Amino acid sequence: MGKRSVIPFGPQHPVLPEPIHLDLVIEDEKVIEAVPSIGFVHRGLESLVQKKDFNEMTYIVERTCGICSFMHGMGYCESVEHIMNVEVPERGRFLRTIWCEMSRMHSHLLWLGLLADGFGFESLFYQCWRMREKILDLFEMTTGGRCIFSVNKIGGVLKDIDGDMMATILSVLDGMEKEVKDIRKVFLFDYTVESRLKDVGVLTKQQAHDLGCAGPFARASGVKMDMRKRGYAAYSQIDFEPITSDIGDSYARCDVRINEILQSIDIIRQAAAKMPQGEISVKVTGNPNGEYFMRVEQPRGEAVYYVKANGTKFLDRMRVRTPTFANLPGMLETLKGADLADVPILVITIDPCISCTER
Amino acid sequence: MSNLMNFTGTMLKNLFSKPVTVNYPAKPAVYPERSRGHIEINIESCVLCGLCAMNCPSGAIKVDRQGGTWSINRFDCVQCGYCTEKCNKKSLSIVPGYQEPMGQKSVYTLEKPKPEAPKAEEPKTEAPSADQPKAEQKEG
Repeated sequence: MGKRSVIPFGPQHPVLPEPIHLDLVIEDEKVIEAVPSIGFVHRGLESLVQKKDFNEMTYIVERTCGICSFMHGMGYCESVEHIMNVEVPERGRFLRTIWCEMSRMHSHLLWLGLLADGFGFESLFYQCWRMREKILDLFEMTTGGRCIFSVNKIGGVLKDIDGDMMATILSVLDGMEKEVKDIRKVFLFDYTVESRLKDVGVLTKQQAHDLGCAGPFARASGVKMDMRKRGYAAYSQIDFEPITSDIGDSYARCDVRINEILQSIDIIRQAAAKMPQGEISVKVTGNPNGEYFMRVEQPRGEAVYYVKANGTKFLDRMRVRTPTFANLPGMLETLKGADLADVPILVITIDPCISCTER
Repeated sequence: MSNLMNFTGTMLKNLFSKPVTVNYPAKPAVYPERSRGHIEINIESCVLCGLCAMNCPSGAIKVDRQGGTWSINRFDCVQCGYCTEKCNKKSLSIVPGYQEPMGQKSVYTLEKPKPEAPKAEEPKTEAPSADQPKAEQKEG
């Protein structure tokens, strides 16, 4: 047995976009154990429900995260809509689906860039972020915001995507599909990339299931779990199958996410073709009374919203369980036995969003 | 060898194509029509009802009905646009153009123009000009 030592990793680290601290117990460059500590960016958003009325909370909930902002807003709105028995018009549901998938694309492109940066491929990093910029421009054109969209409301959405905008979106996506396929070749078949990702941090299907992992992290280990199949927004009318892989290493996680970008392009095309004309929202009156448990598939995995209302304009409780929180035990499992040099890659492969987790 | 050259095509394409970045500020940034830059108010149609101030999630808007003023702390405003949804008179709108940086936080205040004073018998006391709303910057 070699000499054991403890190396602090984070909260400030070049590879971490957000603060998490790990105490790495290492022995001869191998990680024996990782002890996480979080709590650096807690903001107490959940306690604000007692001070802000349930309509205002839409704008606060979507500020939980800057990447999956739209889905946080939508998850909250759908919970309250279920409590109030509000039926969102079909066009509103399709618009939500389109924005959800655009969010997934920009989140995955951001992640691919960060992964490339993590293993030292700087030009690939810029390549991914350049593509992501096009999605952000589409967001600004359709919603008015680049990261925080403020288009959700209880009862539907606030802005419509007209024919010209939809044509622009589809033409941008056509060009992007080709670019993503070019980049996929680099991520999946390039020698240098393969050498950093293959057989690094293997998580078996059983482990992923037992540790309660979510999203692409679990799907890369073969757990076929995708909340979109529950059919919220307009997903019940979209034809798609969750993308999975049986390998369970970092390479498989990269593979699943790249293919999900291409799948998102396909879903947006389907939604654009099936979207009916009509109203985008309904007027909602009264206050919610009851509770609801909503599950949404965010780019990083399954997010859970629990809303409890008491018939007044202030909610009793609003709880968010984010996918990063569910994936932390899985990440700690993959770190055991890993090389110290692979720790940044393994931390990145769960796509950590610490601000989401700490709210 | 083939798996060493995957990036070469992209690299060559980048080498012979124009940069995607804009030479800002020499070339001004173009914002789309819906871009949520800042809140603007048409003070003429505003009735100072205070719904915007009551519903502002960040508490950036203040309405003083006695003093007849509407003010916004643009540094607190998060550009969510909820006030524009709530405004019954549609006096508020969200327009492109971001808040410029400043050395100190300030509150932007607009005074509601007073209605035309009835013609006084003695023309010695002049009523304040109601043509243009007064805008002033106060340090907050």
